[in-house]
Amino acid sequence: MSAGWVVAIVLAIGALAYFFAAQRARVQRDGTDRAKEVPHSLPTYHGWLAFIFATVPALLVYLVVSSVSAGLLDSRIRSEVTAHIADPAAASLSIGIVRNASNALTQLDLSGPNVPTSYAALRDMAKSAGITLADSGEDYMVPLAAGVNADAGVHKLIGQGLTLLLSLAGAAFAYSRIRLRLRARNQVERVVLCSLLGASTVAILTTVGIILSMLGETIHFFSEVDPLTFFFGTVWDPRFAAAGSSGSEGQFGLIPLLMGTLYIALVSMLFAVPVGLMAAVYMGEYASNRVRSTVKPLLELLAGIPTIVYGIFAVVTLGPFFRDLSAALAGGFSFIQAQSVFTAGIVMGVMLIPVVSSLSDDVITAVPRAMRDGSLALGATRSETIRKVILPAALPGIVGALLLTASRAIGETMIVVLAAGVAARINFNPFEAMTTITVKIVNQLTGDLEFNSPQTLVAFALGLTLFTLTLGMNVYALYIVRKYREQYE
Amino acid sequence: MSLESAATIAAPVSRPNAPPKMQGEKVGVFYGEKQALFDVDLKIEQFNVTSLIGPSGCGKSTFLRSLNRMNDTIDGCRVVGKITLDHDDIYDPAIDVVELRARVGMVFQKPNPFPKSIYENVAYGPKIHGIARNKADLDEIVHSSLRRAGLWNEVKDRLQEPGTGLSGGQQQRLCIARAIATKPEVLLMDEPCSALDPIATAVIEELIDELRENFTIVIVTHSMQQAARVSQKTAFFHLGKLIEEGKTEDIFTNPKNKQTQDYITGRIG
Ligand SMILES: Nc1ncnc2c1ncn2[C@@H]1O[C@H](COP(=O)(O)OP(=O)(O)OP(=O)(O)O)[C@@H](O)[C@H]1O
Ligand SMILES: [Mg+2]
Repeated sequence: MSAGWVVAIVLAIGALAYFFAAQRARVQRDGTDRAKEVPHSLPTYHGWLAFIFATVPALLVYLVVSSVSAGLLDSRIRSEVTAHIADPAAASLSIGIVRNASNALTQLDLSGPNVPTSYAALRDMAKSAGITLADSGEDYMVPLAAGVNADAGVHKLIGQGLTLLLSLAGAAFAYSRIRLRLRARNQVERVVLCSLLGASTVAILTTVGIILSMLGETIHFFSEVDPLTFFFGTVWDPRFAAAGSSGSEGQFGLIPLLMGTLYIALVSMLFAVPVGLMAAVYMGEYASNRVRSTVKPLLELLAGIPTIVYGIFAVVTLGPFFRDLSAALAGGFSFIQAQSVFTAGIVMGVMLIPVVSSLSDDVITAVPRAMRDGSLALGATRSETIRKVILPAALPGIVGALLLTASRAIGETMIVVLAAGVAARINFNPFEAMTTITVKIVNQLTGDLEFNSPQTLVAFALGLTLFTLTLGMNVYALYIVRKYREQYE
Repeated sequence: MSLESAATIAAPVSRPNAPPKMQGEKVGVFYGEKQALFDVDLKIEQFNVTSLIGPSGCGKSTFLRSLNRMNDTIDGCRVVGKITLDHDDIYDPAIDVVELRARVGMVFQKPNPFPKSIYENVAYGPKIHGIARNKADLDEIVHSSLRRAGLWNEVKDRLQEPGTGLSGGQQQRLCIARAIATKPEVLLMDEPCSALDPIATAVIEELIDELRENFTIVIVTHSMQQAARVSQKTAFFHLGKLIEEGKTEDIFTNPKNKQTQDYITGRIG
């Protein structure tokens, strides 16, 4: 029985439980004299309560049993393979082969006495069924794979049996519990609350999980590379080692990447902030409702374009255009390279315009109308009102909005991968190529790699650095924005 | 000079033959399709306080806002008829709205100081209009405006503190100081005391009476007593129409219209 069926059956039990529980509650309700005793909850609440009892514990148990089973099987494969092979890199390869073999056995429906004795035999059988297995398997793997499959079967039986039993038991319990004064309504409310809480916990736990997983790999990296040379190193030259050979030295200086990141972010902000802010002022202060309701969505359309498309635009159109333009301006010599800080910054700036304008628009329209009227009634023009009253009042909020935008710019990946270049160097000419932290993360992780050399692990250190940077900016921005909100409340 | 004539000096400066400062003729106001004000004919006499009374939603604020074209800032609002300031039609396309609003100032129902210092709040208008020649001049304007608004003693040591940090009554007086610092000719006040306690209200009423010497004032109020205390002329609005207008004492002691009578005796409203 597949997992899908188990869930379907549990839900069906839940549905029946709902129906019968609601029915029973209805019968109880109709059979009593309201003058003496008032039913506490509507029948539907009793139904929902029964549904919850029938499904939630059962499905949770199913999830737990399944994940425990997966862990047990994994550790069995791992321990038996490492008993045969000591080298960790080769062992991880063999573990993969065993997994594939056990999948093949399942697909071929082979178990017990039908299992072939040699790996070569299994591979041939698999091949005739259209399944490809690796060449380098060994004979001990076949019984191991078969044994794992047998274990899996037992686990599955236990898990599914337990789940269905629990579902029925839950339904029966909830059904038997139905009383006139049972506070089913309040209990359903509590379950709703718990699931809402659970949903928000997921987001928080994910963040924590991301940080922890990056932290682990980063610590691993720093055990091989001195943090000081990473954070203060001015040379980025990771020297990709040939697969397997380790110990080749590379230099992992963060400074050139950080400078590139900040430089490009700066250029993009220099472009996006004035344009976005003016657009926001126009939208918030001048545009009539009709104009606003068409222009604003159009502007926000820009925000919906995938950033890779911006990157392509930069590489295919804007980069060559700037190069040729600079050649024309300088008489032959193009001082703007096709890939440059300037091009990447401008394109990223275009991407950021809607971010700046919609965040600032919110802040500007949040300034109370009374401020505007007060200024206009004193005979100020609109632009005087904006400059002298509205922008100063909205300033903290705008600063917050700009910080949020800047952290977007710093974390942006696809545009810079395509438009900024890969040359990691310290450079102050905006018309030359520079590279960013995100580009290097992509570079270091491209290809089929094991995460065990500094060359790949550095990606996690970079990622964590970037994360810390943007998180800090976001937290600060939120702090400012919140403080600003209080001002008018 | 007898006692009696001294009393007449403080009493309404009715100069029946003097031309009105502002005059509305067949003024109508529409919000989109809906007409909120119908054919209002009203004269605003110079150096007088004119109060606009009437039940909620009858169009007092609407009429007030049309006097300095603040209705222009409301989407879909349209004004018909003719309103003049010293015989100039203020809805004439040739009129500079910004200049008009400098001449016809406004104080709002809810105090709305800018999130700036007390000094900057009052200096805002003079700076924009270049009224002060230099810093000393500006200081003088700010100080005298605060003094006239009866706020000087309370804030003279804290001019650089934010205006939003004052109490409601102080904020309202700050807004009045801000309005008179621009030296308008007409001052429009929309329920300036509705957010204030009786003591702050009394301060402002006294202030209005003093301001009458130099300004022409139009005030919207829901308080009959206030209208009777501060104004020389009263106009009663009902359902978007001007029902009756005249000398305050006549309106309150001897209303000609039944609706006016009902309203001031508390039967409608
Ligand atoms: N911005 C607006 N948009 C649409 N209709 C409006 C607007 N402002 C006022 N109105 C309508 O115009 C009419 C008059 O409103 P106005 O604010 O002038 O009344 P008011 O006499 O000042 O009342 P109150 O004493 O409650 O302040 C009301 O019916 C109101 O619904
Ligand atoms: Mg009003």
